[in-house]
Amino acid sequence: MTQVNPYDLLIVGAGPAGLSAAVEAAGHDLRVAVVDEFPEPGGRMIGQFHEEKGHWWVGRQVAEQLLDRCSALGVKIRCGASVHSILRSDDVWVLKTSEGSMQARNVLLATGSAEIPHPLPGWTLPGVMSIGAAQVMANVHYVKPGRRGLIIGVNVLAMAISQELSVSGVSIAGIVLPGIGPITGKEASPKESLQQLMGLAHLAPSPLMRIGGKAVNALGMAGLVSRFIPRSGIKIWDIPLRLRTVAVSINGRSQVQSVTLADVNGEGAVIPGSHREELVDFVAIAGGLYPLAELASVAGCPFVYAEELGGHVPVHDEQMRTPVEGLYVAGNITGIESALVAMAQGRLAAATICADAGLLGQHHEREVLEAMQHVRRVRATALIQFRPGIQEAREQFYRKWGGFQREKHGIKEQG
Amino acid sequence: MDRIENHPILGPRKSAREPVDFTFNGEKVAGLKGEPIAAALLAAGIRTLRRHEESGSPRGLYCSIGHCMECRLNVQGKGLVRACLTPLEAGMYISEGERLPNEITGRRLP
Repeated sequence: MTQVNPYDLLIVGAGPAGLSAAVEAAGHDLRVAVVDEFPEPGGRMIGQFHEEKGHWWVGRQVAEQLLDRCSALGVKIRCGASVHSILRSDDVWVLKTSEGSMQARNVLLATGSAEIPHPLPGWTLPGVMSIGAAQVMANVHYVKPGRRGLIIGVNVLAMAISQELSVSGVSIAGIVLPGIGPITGKEASPKESLQQLMGLAHLAPSPLMRIGGKAVNALGMAGLVSRFIPRSGIKIWDIPLRLRTVAVSINGRSQVQSVTLADVNGEGAVIPGSHREELVDFVAIAGGLYPLAELASVAGCPFVYAEELGGHVPVHDEQMRTPVEGLYVAGNITGIESALVAMAQGRLAAATICADAGLLGQHHEREVLEAMQHVRRVRATALIQFRPGIQEAREQFYRKWGGFQREKHGIKEQG
Repeated sequence: MDRIENHPILGPRKSAREPVDFTFNGEKVAGLKGEPIAAALLAAGIRTLRRHEESGSPRGLYCSIGHCMECRLNVQGKGLVRACLTPLEAGMYISEGERLPNEITGRRLP
């Protein structure tokens, strides 16, 4: 598949950000290709659905609409191809993929995110998987991850996917905390988890608000919070959310047979003598997401650690440019947010790429500004917020890091 | 593991997939053409896709989207592949990822 005439824009990642950018850029007559290593396009969106104001938001339908528009606009989509190298030479990017090399004047990295594991004894047993894997198996491949499972980790993904699995007829024994360890840190304590959950109250208003209302006063007062969390947990969509229970180990000979659970106090310390076994045939670990950004690093882009954005992110400005000429980013590679924000970012990145290529004429500033304001609006009204304070974190990030000068070859270190 | 025939929210799978046979560790297994090898094996109740190269302990699918590399196994003619990303074809001859001899790993484990 070695092609001679370079594309105007090559997008890595056929998820919500990448496909939205492809539609926008192809609509401005750019020659666009999208490459993705998953066998079918759509990204993780094709396995997502949730209830929203009384109806179901189904990610697969949104992806199909984007794919229809891509196909009408002549966007080339190459699935099942892994990109393993990205190099710029003579103003053209050369990407080596498992299916041959591809060339383009501009590259948009929309590679999304990967999952953070919570390692614990027994976590390498077959039947232990990331929460996203359970989602992909059930909602994309239509194979149940198991008959009865336990979710370890309390966060947006855990809550949303537990509900999805439950709807598919998979029995969920409960959602429990990971034990406090060097990787999980303080997020594994009941207090921190509850604080995180408050950001989700709109997803399951009644049970969370009930417990949350009482707990809010207690947050910050060590130990008191546990008083408000019953040991049996609270039920959300019929799934027991056990904020006073941790997973101690996963047990089984050749695959998962049970999980040893224990109760903890408000600070996350295990209460002696509270250990017992829960029989399950699969375990899903929900450690949260981090930006999947290796290709940006290979391309020579500098990185910054931003906790609220989910980890190390490539330096970029609010228009989605990186300091490397011809290299742009959109979606979760820039920070962990929902699919709708990623779509808005994709459109913004495409507008910026068109503006930088001189295609938008005298209106370029207005078009980019409008796309930027759209991202802010979507972010402000997002139903699913992975991290509290994302809006402020973004503003701070762009103030501090967005003012770089682009370098033609490679980049200078910041600061 | 059970397949989901008609998902309560997503409905049935849009494009029906043709049933095919393949071989895993010498046994005949049934799956659907085009689904990832890992999905076909899970549907057939097979969770162990690989033995750890050093310890020989069983390993299975972990991330399901090609990031973690835990599900690598051997497909005749293709070599070592990620089971979660590789589409199943009729008659594929598949074997689990193998434990390597100590002469290769250089380490002695009990």
